[in-house]
Amino acid sequence: MRLEPGRLWAAPALVLVLGPTAAGLAGTVLPAFGWLPAIGREDLSLDPWRELWATPGLGRAVLLSLASGLGSTLLALALALAIAAVLHGRPGERLWRALLPVLLAVPHAAAAVGFAFLVAPSGFLARLAAPLLGLERPPDLATVQDPWALSLTLALALRETPFLLFAILATADRPGLDHRLAAARSLGRSRVAAWLEVALPALWPSLRLPVVAVLAYGLSAVDMALVLGPTAPPPLAVLVLRWMMDPDLDRRLVGSAAALLLLGLTLGLVLLGRLVETALRRPFRAPPALVIATTACGRAAAGIVPAAALAGLALLLAWSFASSWRFPALFPSGPDLGAWRAALPLLGPVAMATALLALASLALALPATIAALEAPGRGRATALLWLPLLLPQVGFVFGLQVLFVRLDLAERAAGLVLAHLVMVLPYLWLMLRGPWMRFDPRLRAAARCLGCGPVATVRKVVLPVLFRPILAAAAIGFSVSVAQYLLTLAVGGGRFPTLATETMALVAGGDRRRIGVAALLLAVLPLLATALASLLPERAGRPVPADGPRLPQLVGSGAKRFSMSSSVKLSPAPPPPSTPS
Amino acid sequence: MKLGRRNLFVAAAAVALARLGRAAEGFATIVEKARGQKVYFNHWGGSPQINDYIAWAGAELARRFGVELVSVKVTDIAETVGRVLAEKTAGRIEGGSVDLVWINGENFKAMKDNGLLFGPITPLLPNFALVDTVGKPTTLVDFTVPTDGLEAPWGMAQFVLIHDTVRLPEPPRSIAALGRWAAANPGRFTYPAPPDFIGTTFLKHVLYATIDDPRRLERPADPGTFDTVTAATFAWLDAIRPHLWRQGRTYPANKEALHQLLDDGEVDLSMAFNPAEASSLIFAGRLPPTVRTFLFEGGTIGNTHFLAIPFNARAKEGALVAIDFLLSPEAQARKADERIWGDPTVLDLDRLSPADRARFRALERGPATLPPEALRPVLPEPHPSWTELLEAGWARRYARG
Repeated sequence: MRLEPGRLWAAPALVLVLGPTAAGLAGTVLPAFGWLPAIGREDLSLDPWRELWATPGLGRAVLLSLASGLGSTLLALALALAIAAVLHGRPGERLWRALLPVLLAVPHAAAAVGFAFLVAPSGFLARLAAPLLGLERPPDLATVQDPWALSLTLALALRETPFLLFAILATADRPGLDHRLAAARSLGRSRVAAWLEVALPALWPSLRLPVVAVLAYGLSAVDMALVLGPTAPPPLAVLVLRWMMDPDLDRRLVGSAAALLLLGLTLGLVLLGRLVETALRRPFRAPPALVIATTACGRAAAGIVPAAALAGLALLLAWSFASSWRFPALFPSGPDLGAWRAALPLLGPVAMATALLALASLALALPATIAALEAPGRGRATALLWLPLLLPQVGFVFGLQVLFVRLDLAERAAGLVLAHLVMVLPYLWLMLRGPWMRFDPRLRAAARCLGCGPVATVRKVVLPVLFRPILAAAAIGFSVSVAQYLLTLAVGGGRFPTLATETMALVAGGDRRRIGVAALLLAVLPLLATALASLLPERAGRPVPADGPRLPQLVGSGAKRFSMSSSVKLSPAPPPPSTPS
Repeated sequence: MKLGRRNLFVAAAAVALARLGRAAEGFATIVEKARGQKVYFNHWGGSPQINDYIAWAGAELARRFGVELVSVKVTDIAETVGRVLAEKTAGRIEGGSVDLVWINGENFKAMKDNGLLFGPITPLLPNFALVDTVGKPTTLVDFTVPTDGLEAPWGMAQFVLIHDTVRLPEPPRSIAALGRWAAANPGRFTYPAPPDFIGTTFLKHVLYATIDDPRRLERPADPGTFDTVTAATFAWLDAIRPHLWRQGRTYPANKEALHQLLDDGEVDLSMAFNPAEASSLIFAGRLPPTVRTFLFEGGTIGNTHFLAIPFNARAKEGALVAIDFLLSPEAQARKADERIWGDPTVLDLDRLSPADRARFRALERGPATLPPEALRPVLPEPHPSWTELLEAGWARRYARG
């Protein structure tokens, strides 16, 4: 009896992700309605919601969250698409592929600090301008922490553009796309117009979930908002953090209600996005103005985005070696290696433990994700797999803690791996769902006809063809695990020091030197992972399996050998499958 | 119902104490049982100096008592309070994951009120006898809440202001003078946004300076008369707001951000809750060597920070041994050394042996640290109910956007 890919294939992923997610949700929903027996609150009521509505500045906080979350997502998406359109097939694309790992590896909090030092009134750009303007003191301008969170929006967009570009590139060199672009160009369309009209619609299904992830992150994450966002009032996510961390434990109730509100806002925006998407989803001819705008935008962004990110990183690096560096000095006053001397020992066992933890959660999450992707009728329940990304972590970690303590998994390595998996698997899912949806079903059918079982089909055909997206997804998943601070501490209880737990506490100390060191330490492992993922396939990604057909041939010129009939040609143009609802 | 819980908790503590070793058996038994225990010490980890000091204490505890002190660094001790709360929610009443916490004020009140602490612990600690509970009354009363021995004092704190003598040689030394100076120097002053701890403490000083009868602050605030009583307080805050950094439309998030603004030259004043913090920031290169500290003329608020053991700690004996060591003259003198940490001691120097007293006498003060006689008078923390109303009033006026 063969193991057919039934619905059960999705079960491990669903149980591993949705179990803890449900516990986390319960740990937020119950207190939001007044139920938290540990502090003597056992009366279900709407009081937390009333208190939330009565919060001064709540409307402004909500607006700030919506504006910075949605604004940064749209900006990042536009920039990433424009860059991809301009770069496609140009020499610059190779440079970008080499650069992306660096841009992606910078932790969000560090990216925010670097950006702040770049644009603050006492920052580097102001220092460049100071001699020209005759400034002796920094001007009193709100270039960061501005009341409308524009600096936060911009920094978020800068940080997320590389992520979306990574998602685009990970799926863009799919077989067939080049042929179709060539066909469009032979019809007289310009390079950029062809990309917009042909590649964008083909890539969009793979991009949808990464965009949702960016949106959810922009709305719910606090690490960038704490550095760059306004404080009176702050965005909603920061209010959630304040309430959950308030010494008065009763405030956790209103914090839980606010976390639910934030979740509702994110879900609302996602649904709105679906509506807009449905309305826009039809073949279109790019008007000349759009082509010109995309070209100009893409060319500018292709330079500005990495320049700003690398400048921020370089300034942090400089800070990490600086003894002091005051306005209006362009260079630090002298070297100080203290921060590095204190931090370097972490690169031994702690870095090793961090990597092992990430690899262990990947080792579970990747097979579970692939099995879920292979499961037929995966539509409904698995649509919830990316739910953890929408939950504001600080609001959701309490319920998770309770669950892990109950299951006696807290402070255990196994528990920590499972907890990381809850955050890692959704990223794998959202990076791989698009490529999987677009996998040519005829290849699978061909393999089955040739006598492969379902597992062997996955192993011999699906995995090799999707090698590159899988590597890219694994690299992102790895980085997500390395970056987990709150979750690691909440479940690990300090038993398992990782780079994040050992350095994020120092980031709280506000010393730019320590933040620089922390940023670079936290960047090392993701950098290695993303570099491997984006550089490896160009050489190693096209292996000649001893027991199988040559893969490029399978999907490229040799595809005819696998055609089921001469009338059905594989590629170059598999029709985009209709989107499952 | 709350009372019932508290009684239950006291009974539980008594049972735990009995199990821990009867008073007669004394500290020796505790030391005996502590050997080989691992003590998970959860503490704010934002300062490398403090982390290094804790690492030193850990090495000494391992060498002398066979107790392994594991440092768990958190960005906010509320994370740890949440953790203990989660364990209580999940029914884990023993074998908890936290053995020792660094805590004070409202976090202590929350843990005490919700039965999350083990003790009383101070009667078990030989070195507690050396604590200056008379001269330093805040070692027994934490933000007006009696400690009831549930936490042991670890270090003293007092609010100070920091200025750069090059940019601002003569700082304004009272709330009234600060208001006038800010109006004459727009954009050069700000304070962390409440409910940040330092920001709220600054508000309390405005409250002290503008309220008609400061003794009122020892008693719980009356929400009914709060607005009338604090009319002058908010009038002062209203008046200064347009002259603040960024016209008071935004505020730094915490004191670390404020120190950075001072170092960057964006503002001329910063604040801290440790008289030696400015010196230690000079040593660390984070503030110019020309900064100095000062107090408001009527004095500033002082308080104490503490060590406590959660109700469900696994290594209670080990934690007690660790606390007693951290209270020893040797550990306290090292902690007070500004090149190491610069945290003022809770001990009464008169009760120490001449040799131990000499350790403290030998300490050098950093360039920006005021001598103890200049750190007066010390104002007590207002009753916590004032804090809540003050923060709410501030948010209603200035955080609407």
